[in-house]
Amino acid sequence: MTDRHVVGQAVRRRDLLEKVTGKAVYTVDVVPSGTLHAKVVRSTHAHAHIVNIETSAALASPGVVAVVTAKDLHGLFPRFGHIVPDHCILAIDKVRYYGEPVALVVAEGVAAADDGAQLVDIEYDELPAVMTAEDALAENAPLVHEEAYRASSDESFAAMAATPDDERGGTVERDNVAHEVTLEWGDVDAAFAGAHTVVEGEVHYPMLYAYAMEPYNAIAHFHDGTLHVVSTAQHPYMVRTDLARIFGLPLARVRVEVPYVGGGYGSKSYTKVEPLAAVGSWVTGRPVKLVLDVEESIYTTRADAADVKVRSAFDENGRILAREFDIVLDSGAYADNSPLVIAKAVNRCFGPYRVPNLRVRGRSVYTNTSPASSYRGFGAPQGSFAGELNLDQAADRLGLDPVELRLRNLVDVGEEVLRGKRGIDADLKADLRMVSESLRRDAHVGESYGVGVGCSASDAGAFPVSTAAVRLQTDGSVVLSSGSTEMGQGSRSALAQIAAEELGVELADVYVSQSDTGSGPYERTTGASRTTTLVGLAVQRACADARAKIAEMAAEVFGGSAVDYEPAPGGVRGPDGPVVGFGEVIMRWFGANAGEVTGIGLVRRDGATQKMPPFWEIGMVGVEVCVDRETGAVDVEQLVTVADVGFAINPRAVEGQDLGAATQGLGGALFEELVYDGPQLLNPNIVEYRVPRMGDLPAKIDTMIAERRDGVGPYGAKGAGEGALNPMAPAVASAVGRAIGRWPTRLPLTPERVWRLVNDLPPVS
Amino acid sequence: MTAQTDARVGVTATVNGVEISRSVATRITLAQFLRDDLGLTGTKVSCELQVCGACSVLVDGAPVSACTYLASDIDGRTVETVEGLSAGGSMHPLQEAFVDNFALQCGFCTPGFLMMAKALLERNPNPTEDEVREYLDGNICRCTGYRPIVEAVLDAAARMRREASGD
Repeated sequence: MTDRHVVGQAVRRRDLLEKVTGKAVYTVDVVPSGTLHAKVVRSTHAHAHIVNIETSAALASPGVVAVVTAKDLHGLFPRFGHIVPDHCILAIDKVRYYGEPVALVVAEGVAAADDGAQLVDIEYDELPAVMTAEDALAENAPLVHEEAYRASSDESFAAMAATPDDERGGTVERDNVAHEVTLEWGDVDAAFAGAHTVVEGEVHYPMLYAYAMEPYNAIAHFHDGTLHVVSTAQHPYMVRTDLARIFGLPLARVRVEVPYVGGGYGSKSYTKVEPLAAVGSWVTGRPVKLVLDVEESIYTTRADAADVKVRSAFDENGRILAREFDIVLDSGAYADNSPLVIAKAVNRCFGPYRVPNLRVRGRSVYTNTSPASSYRGFGAPQGSFAGELNLDQAADRLGLDPVELRLRNLVDVGEEVLRGKRGIDADLKADLRMVSESLRRDAHVGESYGVGVGCSASDAGAFPVSTAAVRLQTDGSVVLSSGSTEMGQGSRSALAQIAAEELGVELADVYVSQSDTGSGPYERTTGASRTTTLVGLAVQRACADARAKIAEMAAEVFGGSAVDYEPAPGGVRGPDGPVVGFGEVIMRWFGANAGEVTGIGLVRRDGATQKMPPFWEIGMVGVEVCVDRETGAVDVEQLVTVADVGFAINPRAVEGQDLGAATQGLGGALFEELVYDGPQLLNPNIVEYRVPRMGDLPAKIDTMIAERRDGVGPYGAKGAGEGALNPMAPAVASAVGRAIGRWPTRLPLTPERVWRLVNDLPPVS
Repeated sequence: MTAQTDARVGVTATVNGVEISRSVATRITLAQFLRDDLGLTGTKVSCELQVCGACSVLVDGAPVSACTYLASDIDGRTVETVEGLSAGGSMHPLQEAFVDNFALQCGFCTPGFLMMAKALLERNPNPTEDEVREYLDGNICRCTGYRPIVEAVLDAAARMRREASGD
């Protein structure tokens, strides 16, 4: 079985066949007969008391069946949120951001719902708003939330949210800090006092939108005391928990299904529009579908913007003595996953370097803006922009090559980055040399050109709770079930490869079923690049469990004991030699041409996955840019990435993830930024929020894969998918800085911003 | 408002080779008509502003954004959608090449890319890489980073030229 036949191959992804023919089903395609359609009526103020909601005209509009407001939710738990349940399904008493759902119009058809929504008349009494994190942190700032919320029950989140006062139900002195995280070791002040060189700076990371092309949408139906939801959720089991709490239902009576997802990138993590569709069905008793448009999606979840102060101390040889960071995230009106985003930003900002003295303070701050949450790499891009750019400035000051400075400080294999956590499971120096050599090979000569590199290591994988089931069929085919969501990353194919490898069956004989809490096994999340590693382990264990059961059954049928039946491709090899297929064992044991055997695989914090994080996700990138000093336009001449994935189950799929992540990173570095002007966004659409296009493709793209079998996952695999995004912004900013001779401090590096830098003009905010 | 919103008009058109005749609401878009009335859900809608290309279909051979093209305007015309590419039961070379080159991940933008690429190859069977990039610049993909899509279109063009020359 050591002769691998399926894993490590760039096999055709079967989901792609469904997708190119237009037959693949996404949530947006699911419309059962009798479905009502919903439209959300949204706040037109950033912060205001709701004085009155007049629904009679809307109710009289043709086709309108119901208008749901917070008042109609009596008897329900009217909020959601996996860390703190602060998020109103429909605004209660006040609105906290422009675009917040206030009412839901449910009607016979999309057009009738749209027409009805325009007739809902809401009277507001405006309140002073805090539109930036700075405003929100000011003394006597208006409060976005007056009350404290009790933490959710999930173990790894509970510690993140609870305060003693919350537990007692008492009042605390409130401010707009949603969550604060600190990390400190060594004697930072002494290290700075004795340093040869101190380099400091302050940067702003923009407010971004993931722009998954399928907008948030869901369909919900209450019937027979059960809530059935189909949605675009990355984490159906997390959504199930929120919905069960809202309606007071047992978990088993909430079924959340997720078909193909049209892009996620973290933005579809956790609960979004499912409660809205569900209360629509709860009120009307019919299936209710809610599909947001892009503007509504932007006002549903965007990524945290960040202001980061950074200071680093070096000795005369360029060795880091100390680093200090102060990170403030603009997290918007509701917490969603931002407490975890700030925790990760704190862990990831200082990079995979030997930092003997460290002090990091991170605050996630409520503002009266669109709620922020996860977006690919969450926390890492924000922190890394400050930390890596600071190293480039230090290299400049110390007269060192930036690659050399990093090589002097990167941790070695096995060395801790975070105290008490898993040592680094990667050869970072080798990875960086791969990037550097590729850049050098094709480097241009001339003063318009600049090169930048970026390194990062993310404590990835999230909390290891994964399960999987494999069901061996009488004809030797296999049904593999997982609660992990296929959102384009290729898990459906990669998990099938692992099962085919373990069972010794043809890839075509493995059918994968995913993300149905009603019929499939539990998976905590699909995020933090965990699936190949953690679900992959669960699949391996499920296959081993199925094999053990088959061996027991073979012994019972053919004689001898289970240990006499050794694993063989597609079956077991008995004491007499010939291989007996799984199907034959199953049929003989059941005594019929029928039956199946189910193997279960469980993964928890135990054994290989005891130490956190389960693995480190490495980001190792380099770019070369060409800057037109007349216009400020930046062209990317070279894009170089190393995916340090331990073992690539499907190398083409890994390259695809890495180039995709890198391209999104280039978007944040060069083009993308949501801009607030007063209470609302200037550019909540894909015309004015510009994402990378085909014409922006770098002239040279070199996506390399490092496979050193150093992960805890199957065959030494580690996760992929976020790495190349995380340090992309500082690599681009450094390259531009070198090309023009001035360091950028804000992104994106639009032509105007670069042109102003070139001409030493004050920045535009 | 109600008089206008209820207005309907008769439409006769050929969709993926099949002649259809329907009464459609004047306010609905071609994308809504294809998806909701004809059940052709392969065509996806994203930006709704003609800038992402996800909803691209061909009308009389020319690519249009179905999200902003009125359904009533297809009267007397021929419409091709992604479902029409493999109508004969076998996949179009573009579909084969997209799968082989990993030119999609989530797949939501893919029908639009396929239709746009079909229009390109009908006009220019032997495009250069730059010509592919220029023609497809109006289609957004958020997953792949585009390079595999360029490779797939060039690959499909080569396959189609080989087929045409009988090799």
